[in-house]
Amino acid sequence: MKHPLKLLILALLLLLTACALAQPQVLRLATTTSTDNSGLLEAILPDFEKRYNAQVDVIAVGTGQALSLGEAGDVDIILVHALSREDEFVANQHGTERFDVMYNDFVLVGPEDDPAGVNGMLLAQDALAAIAASEATFASRGDDSGTHTKERGLWKVAGLNADPQGDWYKSLGQGMGDTLRFADETQAYTLTDRGTFLALQDGFSNLVVLVGGGNIAENQDPALLNPYGVIPINPDKGDINLDLAQDFVEWLTSVDTQAAIEEFGVETFGQPLFYPDSQAWNDR
Amino acid sequence: MEVLFEALLDAFGLIIDLDPELRAIVGLTLRVTGIGLVLAMVLGIPIGVGLGLSKRIPAAGCVVPLIYTGMGLPPVVVGLFVYLFLSNQGPLGDFRWLFTPTAMIIAQTIIALPLVIGLTLTAIQSIDPMLPLQVRALGATRGQLAWTMLAEARLGLFAAIVAAFGSIISEVGAVMLVGGNIAGETRVLTTAIVLETRKGNISLALALGLILLGLAFLANLVMYRLQVQGASK
Repeated sequence: MKHPLKLLILALLLLLTACALAQPQVLRLATTTSTDNSGLLEAILPDFEKRYNAQVDVIAVGTGQALSLGEAGDVDIILVHALSREDEFVANQHGTERFDVMYNDFVLVGPEDDPAGVNGMLLAQDALAAIAASEATFASRGDDSGTHTKERGLWKVAGLNADPQGDWYKSLGQGMGDTLRFADETQAYTLTDRGTFLALQDGFSNLVVLVGGGNIAENQDPALLNPYGVIPINPDKGDINLDLAQDFVEWLTSVDTQAAIEEFGVETFGQPLFYPDSQAWNDR
Repeated sequence: MEVLFEALLDAFGLIIDLDPELRAIVGLTLRVTGIGLVLAMVLGIPIGVGLGLSKRIPAAGCVVPLIYTGMGLPPVVVGLFVYLFLSNQGPLGDFRWLFTPTAMIIAQTIIALPLVIGLTLTAIQSIDPMLPLQVRALGATRGQLAWTMLAEARLGLFAAIVAAFGSIISEVGAVMLVGGNIAGETRVLTTAIVLETRKGNISLALALGLILLGLAFLANLVMYRLQVQGASK
């Protein structure tokens, strides 16, 4: 009588172990809203999850919060775009190493009737100086994101305060989509990554690209380049899955994945939203 | 734990410094909350009393559940509706109210209104059903009747006001959407907390949260004192 019961328990135990083994590992990825909102991650991540029997939990936040999530050891890896702060992050030993992944570019968008007359200017700094001089409304992300970091740098290059003061300068503290929506409603200028603008532009009635051209090849301002890097978090912080994070870096920078990145969005927008830039891709 | 301690220090630092940015944020928070609350009361209490007193409203079976549903309305949905109405393409777009404190007050009033109506209604209904009959028998007019009922239901009314205040001052989704969280113009405590959290300034965010809690406590203290005083008269 007792044997069948023992067998049953044994079978159950075996089943549980098998389940535990098959249970995918979880990789916690903190990234910026631009990679997530554009749909890029959704398009490429399933391949990684299948190959490594892993599940990627994407936490899409501003670059500032992504860096602080990494600093606290609450994620395993970060994918962000604010080069100087990324280098500082690694120098402070919060992350193991930074790897180039891809880039796209920023553009200055604004109302079609262009009150500051910046349309066709080649450099963003000249356009910003003209906007400030005419006190045309400018909407800033104001949220310490990668885009906001870039914008502050551009104001400085334009010879102005990195955080301009005045009624015309609106610091929103919101995401890219919200900021674009605000600019569209209030006839304001704003700096945006091209990917998010392309993905959302059908919903806007006033906004057009004024500096940066129709695609990245037409963008004449090298200061508007927007590189993305991936950084595994330092395992000293505790419960960090460094092995899987390293697998992720290898997969993300591999020629195959990079090709998928280049392909993403071409069908919908007629141009890639992100351009591959990993070592392996550039060496191929 | 360290973060919590830092947040406490930050909160005290901000209050002692009388940081001008913080003052603007607190000022706008109190203005939006105060006006929203008063509007919700002015509109909501008469409706609540009316519904609570009338025995035979034709659609009462539908209206009351509708109001109770409104008490659980997600604020973001209200924000979305207000946004659509005030947007350039919306019917009220010409007023140019979007991304102004006016838009925030409109949204907050709509959010608080069902709470005020619903709780007033319940407070009126919980009064002894014989009371209105007796008051009427004594020859009171409709206005006098409503006033007697309000005085009788004042505890429930107090709860309605406190609940509405709490929901308005802690609301974040709708004011973010229709206010735009513009620094110095439409940024309130809740949206500032979201922003600082997004930036990764956790201790500053927490400090702002503590200030919000402190303000809410002070406001409730004052309201409670007034209520106790009123009761002892």
